Amino acid sequence: MTLNRRIFIGSGVAATALLSAPMVRAQGKPRVVVIGGGAGGGTAARYLAKDSKGDLDVTLIEANKTYTTCFFSNLYLGGFYDWEKLQHGYDTIAAGGVTVINDTATAVDRAAKTVTLAGGQVIPYDRLVLAPGIDFKEGSVPGWTLADAEVMPHAYKAGPQTQLLKRMVDSMPQGGVFAMVAPPNPYRCPPGPYERISMVAHVLKTTNPTAKILIADPKENFSKKALFEEGWARHYDGMVDWIGPDRGGDVVEVRPGSMEIVIDGEVTKVDVCNVIPGQMAGKIAALAGVTADSGWAPVHPDSMRSKLDDNIYVLGDSSAQGDMPKSGFSANSQAKVAALAIRGELLGARVFPAKYANTCWSLIAPEDGVKVGAAYEPTPEKIASVQSFISQTGEDAALRKATYEESLGWYAGITADIFG
Amino acid sequence: MTPRALVLALGLAVAGALPSAADPLGDALRGAELFERQCKACHQIGPGAINRVGPRLNGIFGRRAGALADFTYSKSMARMGADGLTWTLETMDAYVKNPKALVSGTRMNYRGLKDDAARGALIAYLREFSDRPQNIPEAVPTARRSDRDLDPAILALKGDPEYGEYLSSECTTCHQADGSDQGIPSITGWPEEDFVVAMHAYKQKLRPHPVMQMMASRFNNDEIAALAAWFAKLD
Repeated sequence: MTLNRRIFIGSGVAATALLSAPMVRAQGKPRVVVIGGGAGGGTAARYLAKDSKGDLDVTLIEANKTYTTCFFSNLYLGGFYDWEKLQHGYDTIAAGGVTVINDTATAVDRAAKTVTLAGGQVIPYDRLVLAPGIDFKEGSVPGWTLADAEVMPHAYKAGPQTQLLKRMVDSMPQGGVFAMVAPPNPYRCPPGPYERISMVAHVLKTTNPTAKILIADPKENFSKKALFEEGWARHYDGMVDWIGPDRGGDVVEVRPGSMEIVIDGEVTKVDVCNVIPGQMAGKIAALAGVTADSGWAPVHPDSMRSKLDDNIYVLGDSSAQGDMPKSGFSANSQAKVAALAIRGELLGARVFPAKYANTCWSLIAPEDGVKVGAAYEPTPEKIASVQSFISQTGEDAALRKATYEESLGWYAGITADIFG
Repeated sequence: MTPRALVLALGLAVAGALPSAADPLGDALRGAELFERQCKACHQIGPGAINRVGPRLNGIFGRRAGALADFTYSKSMARMGADGLTWTLETMDAYVKNPKALVSGTRMNYRGLKDDAARGALIAYLREFSDRPQNIPEAVPTARRSDRDLDPAILALKGDPEYGEYLSSECTTCHQADGSDQGIPSITGWPEEDFVVAMHAYKQKLRPHPVMQMMASRFNNDEIAALAAWFAKLD
């Protein structure tokens, strides 16, 4: 029986290998270029180099020398996590055999199979992995452009924006108003805006208890809604006012010049305004021509390979794959599938069936953590959710504390997995 | 090997080697036609849907039975909701197949849709008007999990560490490969048998942790053995 199964698997791989013959190059090793050094790109580069044991030439292009994770940046806002602990360098990835280039990719020539960098360098590839995260859609929030982010920060790409938002929250006048414009679907980190509200509420409860929080939201429902609403009522009673589309939360304008937000015609003067705009794939995906009208890059569900170019894979937030939320966990999971698919193509490695998973932890208050997760499998059309779970309302404090501690462990685990 | 044993063996080998692929619910386009013919006289679905003879069906998946405040349900349906019946792929499938078998006193005057493919198509269509997991990860799944359980005849397989190494990348998102233990336990260097026993306890939901139950439930016995073989080698 053992023999039967092994022979079958072996011949399956052989057939695949015949259909897409591993690339044999006369000169040098096959080249894989990865654009974007976050949860998707960092993982892909590291696993490609580690598992190919030197048989692939792997280059990682990342604009920043130090990467700041967007996941857990809300905990920094709430005072639960140090800024330095969100930051990760590329030394371990480089030591693992990856050529790390700190520059910005400005063009992809798909016919010539080259990437051009801002610094002028042109890098050839056999396979290209795009993991550029998100960019913001101009015009998605009337009155706001990216140029206004110094006044009304998005803080939805971790970095100076996150630090700016924290300074603004920490120095709000007593009894002031914090407003958030929540994004339309789909966007990075579905529970993220609401965890952020919880963290801001925690800070204000401690330092500024008469302050108010307004959220203008175009969505009727959002992830963990019942859990957040329960937590806001329990910990921050009367402080948080969530304005959904039934109350005009979808008809919003902001005025950065006068620090006003207009919700369904009603003008409110605010002290801090966090505008999280509508999102699309990181610009390089569109420049490479692998995005659809939606602004996201469609991929094959079993491999994360672009549906528009066989030599390109797209990971994480920028991909349109089906049911997986845009999260660091998802990107890390997808990167492992793609890395194996690429090794299969270029080196003839055994390719196993794709499996994907995601879990998102959120902190509502000190030691009050919740989580949502799901398992995913490819169908012919998309990556489909096949099983899910979520923390329950009314859970006891011990379970919530354990969930929070687990999230700390997850952060340590996934950042070690990505960055070493 | 007898012919029958050979057929069985080949069947198992095929089942074991099929690529993991979830089972899509069905053809939503066909489901739309079925809805038009069989449901629309009483139910509305889609933008602007309102209650008619039956309740509107937007957002039905993940909702408690009998939960719309602006619709008057049968006592039987209201009671099922109070008892905890929630509309999932499984409960909806049972209800559409034979409504009175699930909710004895339902007022839905529908004899049921017995054909599996037709029912799958109809449910695929209904599913399109509920929360999308991409946006709300806890939303009801959109496909049926592939059945990865194998016959006991191949349970005795020795774990394949190479396969285990690949599968382990799912574990190392949380459990550190160097054995560090920071809020999430170390799983390196375990005796293989202990590892296998623990994973099956999660799979059977005897151990309570939901993330681990979810992960373990997706691994077949081969895969658990492979993981055990791999992690046993790590110090």
